[in-house]
Amino acid sequence: MKRHTLLRLAAMAIVALAALASTGSAASKKPSLQLWTIQRTENTVETNAAKTYKAAKVHVQIFANDPYKQKIKVSLGSGKGPDLFMNWGGGGLRQYVNANKVLDLTPYLNADKTWKNRFFNNVLQTAAFNGKYYGIPNVGMQPVLLFYNKAVFRANGLSAPKTWSDLINVVRKLKSAGITPFILGGQSKWPDLMWEEYLVDRVGGPKVFNDIAAGKKNAWLNPAVIKANTLIQQLVDAGAFGANFSSTTYDGTVTATLLGTGKGAMELMGNWEYGAVLQNAPDLLKANDLGWMRFPTVSGGKGDIKDIAGNTSNFYSIAKKTKNPAAAVAFLKKQIMNKAYVNGLIKLGNIPPVKGIAPKLSTGSNAAFTTWCYNLVQSAPNYQHSWDQVLSPNAATALLTNLDQLFLKQITPQQFSANMNKVK
Amino acid sequence: MRADRKRKGASPLLALPALTLFGFFALLPMIGVVVLSFTYYDGISAPRSAGLANWSRFLHDTTTHHAIWLTLKIMALSWLAQTPIALLLGVFISGRQRYRSVLAAVYFIPLLFSAAAIAITWKNLLDPNFGLMSNLTHRLHMGWFPSDWLGSPRLALYTMVFLISWQFIPFHMLIYQAGARQIPLSIYEAAEIDGAGRVRQFLNITLPLLKNTIVTSSMLMIVGSITYFDLIFIVTGGGPGYATRILPLDMYINGFQGSDMGYASAISVVLVAAALSFSMFLIRVTGFGRFRSAHEGA
Repeated sequence: MKRHTLLRLAAMAIVALAALASTGSAASKKPSLQLWTIQRTENTVETNAAKTYKAAKVHVQIFANDPYKQKIKVSLGSGKGPDLFMNWGGGGLRQYVNANKVLDLTPYLNADKTWKNRFFNNVLQTAAFNGKYYGIPNVGMQPVLLFYNKAVFRANGLSAPKTWSDLINVVRKLKSAGITPFILGGQSKWPDLMWEEYLVDRVGGPKVFNDIAAGKKNAWLNPAVIKANTLIQQLVDAGAFGANFSSTTYDGTVTATLLGTGKGAMELMGNWEYGAVLQNAPDLLKANDLGWMRFPTVSGGKGDIKDIAGNTSNFYSIAKKTKNPAAAVAFLKKQIMNKAYVNGLIKLGNIPPVKGIAPKLSTGSNAAFTTWCYNLVQSAPNYQHSWDQVLSPNAATALLTNLDQLFLKQITPQQFSANMNKVK
Repeated sequence: MRADRKRKGASPLLALPALTLFGFFALLPMIGVVVLSFTYYDGISAPRSAGLANWSRFLHDTTTHHAIWLTLKIMALSWLAQTPIALLLGVFISGRQRYRSVLAAVYFIPLLFSAAAIAITWKNLLDPNFGLMSNLTHRLHMGWFPSDWLGSPRLALYTMVFLISWQFIPFHMLIYQAGARQIPLSIYEAAEIDGAGRVRQFLNITLPLLKNTIVTSSMLMIVGSITYFDLIFIVTGGGPGYATRILPLDMYINGFQGSDMGYASAISVVLVAAALSFSMFLIRVTGFGRFRSAHEGA
């Protein structure tokens, strides 16, 4: 008796499987694509792009941020991964490109110039290596800028600093008024990097890091790096980051609250901090007291005040192993950063890396801020993608730890350069 | 005679399932890690032979040497912090009074939490801006009291020792409680008749009879401290700087954040070897293998 039910169950299972398989093959006259991405606010826009696409069946799979990095690495390595995958461009993507796991998009982009010209070139470059393109941007740009609390500045008779000596002055005055001049989530380490990126640019111009990224010999020993790091340690000495920055973890709810309550006066942070203020310190925005500005110049420095740093965008790339390269390319071309996609991103407060959308931004919510950021990027001679994304993962972890030690004054600027120069 | 001896004890076949699992999920990967330690492997492209490069790096990498030193330090410090407290608490709650069992239940609580929950909670409590600690010291006008528990390279390691102790003392307390309850009451009664006070009884009866328990608990602490990871990873991530980057973290950071699986494998081989030799050394020195029951009649 028992055996019979088991047999019957098995038979039913086989029938069910066969039925599933047959419906599957019936529907798969359309090509089927797997798209992997991470959990983020932009998921609605991405899934919508997949859902509304008629020419292929696009299955979107969403993963949590940190496990995704492991998952994508393993599955691309084994060749059993998705057709399309989200990535951060830079050094991480370059690893996959070097391992020959990513489809070269250059011929497709060159065959359709209107597609290529849709995007800011300085953003596309983040996913380009040796003149070949491997990724299409899929979210808004995230430039880093200097936020400040206007009310605190007014109360202390200060104005927004334009040069380094202005900035040091502001720091001194705020410090003596008992206000932390700069909010810094030093425990998270990457907020330290924003200071490094901007100061190295302002002192030595974009070439300094371009040499580092290109792996030129002794590029880290460049005097501009040492000068920039000396300036950082001067700031630390002046108490610019407060006493507890190294045990402060970056968390928008914390930093925006500190800025909103005036406990801290300024913060160097990505444009997403605006959203954090909107949520956690809305009064600051209502009173029109959230200010933002470009990073100041350093006297005698080579960097242009218009140069910016930050994350350019995230990207979609196509796995080389895909069975349907043509379908995958067509999906990227038709659905990513088309009108609906761009509008969806703008609604979320994103600033898409797409040309000619200033009018659209100016009618959206928070127009003053988003338009300012859009122009900031558009007018930037150099848009430096975050160093930890550009460098190899190995160099990036060493960089963050050494920066941590630099800010803690455990090492000198010279030791920093020597340490980084040793990393392969 | 011979046949007799063979028949003693359970059939070795009973160990087969456990051995198979151990072979597949412990021995086999371990062999894989040894092989990987002789390769360059970024986790994406196929491993390339590296000869002894990873091992010579291990001999020269100052970051790793620092990590080894920190691991030894945390091993010694957490043993020193945990043993006396766990021992005293364990003996205390081995008493049968009701209030002691209530207290035992309270002391026991940290053991029930997952390491991740403990880590996140303490991280928030120690936050210098909004944490309970800084709030308290601020209200009590204790400005001199440190608030930089996780951010100061000088304090961070000790903070971690405290958190580790907070997490694991209940476990060792339980071991000591069981050990102390095994000691026959008659010995204490005899000592009382001979006029020994409580301290005397503790020093001359409880401590010597707990010798085996102390060895067990110490071994668990020392071998365990080679694998501390989750708590420190979540609370400080090895920082500030390299201040809490112990060897397991160094392995993780090299392997999974730095994409250098070859070197990370070399470090894991060392970790396995260290854990094995530490436990073998302890067994040797303490005579754990020749343990005789410390109790009458057993």
